[in-house]
Amino acid sequence: MATSTVKVLVATAEREVYRGEAEMLVAPGVAGDLGILPKHAPLLCALTAGELRITVGAEEVDEVFVSGGFMEVQPDMITVLADSAERATDIDEAAALAAERKAEEVLAGKQDDVDYAVAEAELSMTAARLAWLRKKKKH
Amino acid sequence: MASAKEIKGQIKAIQNTSKITKAMEMVAASKMRKAQDRVVAARSYAEGVKQVVANLMQAHPEYQHPFVTERENVKKMGALVVTTDKGLCGGLNTNTLKKAIGILKSQEVETEVYTIGRRAGAFLKRFTDIAASVENVPDSPEISDILGVVGVAMERYLSGEVDEVHLVYSEFENTMTQTPVSIRLLPCSIPENATHTGYWDYLYEPDSKEVMDGLLRRYVESLVFHSVLENKACEQSARMVAMKAATDNAKDIVKDLSITYNKARQAAITQELAEICAGAAAAG
Repeated sequence: MATSTVKVLVATAEREVYRGEAEMLVAPGVAGDLGILPKHAPLLCALTAGELRITVGAEEVDEVFVSGGFMEVQPDMITVLADSAERATDIDEAAALAAERKAEEVLAGKQDDVDYAVAEAELSMTAARLAWLRKKKKH
Repeated sequence: MASAKEIKGQIKAIQNTSKITKAMEMVAASKMRKAQDRVVAARSYAEGVKQVVANLMQAHPEYQHPFVTERENVKKMGALVVTTDKGLCGGLNTNTLKKAIGILKSQEVETEVYTIGRRAGAFLKRFTDIAASVENVPDSPEISDILGVVGVAMERYLSGEVDEVHLVYSEFENTMTQTPVSIRLLPCSIPENATHTGYWDYLYEPDSKEVMDGLLRRYVESLVFHSVLENKACEQSARMVAMKAATDNAKDIVKDLSITYNKARQAAITQELAEICAGAAAAG
């Protein structure tokens, strides 16, 4: 049986991050990871910060890091509307570390509510990103 | 008539100015191309959100989110006005602001504005209250640059402080033409391009209300972000045209001044000769 595929589009407000055909996609839903196969029933789901694993072929897995957003699933198409996203190859550990340090500094300063909320969100995202990078390095 | 030396100084000054305007023209031309690329790059997300919202409304016609519910009598109206931070871009901001004033005066109600770009704030504060503003938006804007001001507009709308919010910005048609446009942002019109019609519904996670609320917010944000990107492309093209006009103008002035300079130089020589001749005649 020929394996069926589903179209995948990952986009942020600024640019398109990923477009392709996939055999399976695993997304970080707010209530836990979700695996989506082709011909899935329509689904709308909020995403949290984490990795999106896109299985393209038998051995090939593309990874995209998202900071949160929404995913729409139709039987023939998966659209991920991410708040921010980057391909695995683009993530730079040094940049992630610097961002984490900066977010912690702002948190320590706690100027006002708005800054605090922004910094907290940023910190949780960079921490998730770093954890993922470290996990990848071990393999 | 000014002396030849003075005119020469003037010519020099104008030539220097035209060098600057020429450089600005070229910078604006390259920035314009990049700004247009950004508009194109942002299209997938904007269209994705639009599509999802359209499908959502199609699947859920009975649920009325405040963002899509019309209010019967409008007591106060808000306008989100997008302009540039810097000047030297022809009539771009003037046209946008004229449009904004037209919108604010179209209904006889109280008004307030939310501004993006320094020019809007400086002008509109004479007419109405400014509830929120963001300045110095970078050339390659990110959506986070405008979330604050859009957030204020949405909160004021949800709390019933304002009953309508309009968005005013310039749309890029081509290098020569930028048109000021306005759309009603809140309550927003539902896009009508549902891809999957008929009776069906999504599965929701965590629940339909939360997802719908988040998506509609992102839809509104993406509309505003699109307007900012368009406005950036407009700014650069308007600046390019304005600077080209300035450079051409400088060339004309230099041409005129050169003629005046030559006339003054000739007059000086003629006068000197006449003096010498007169002197020789008197001595002889």
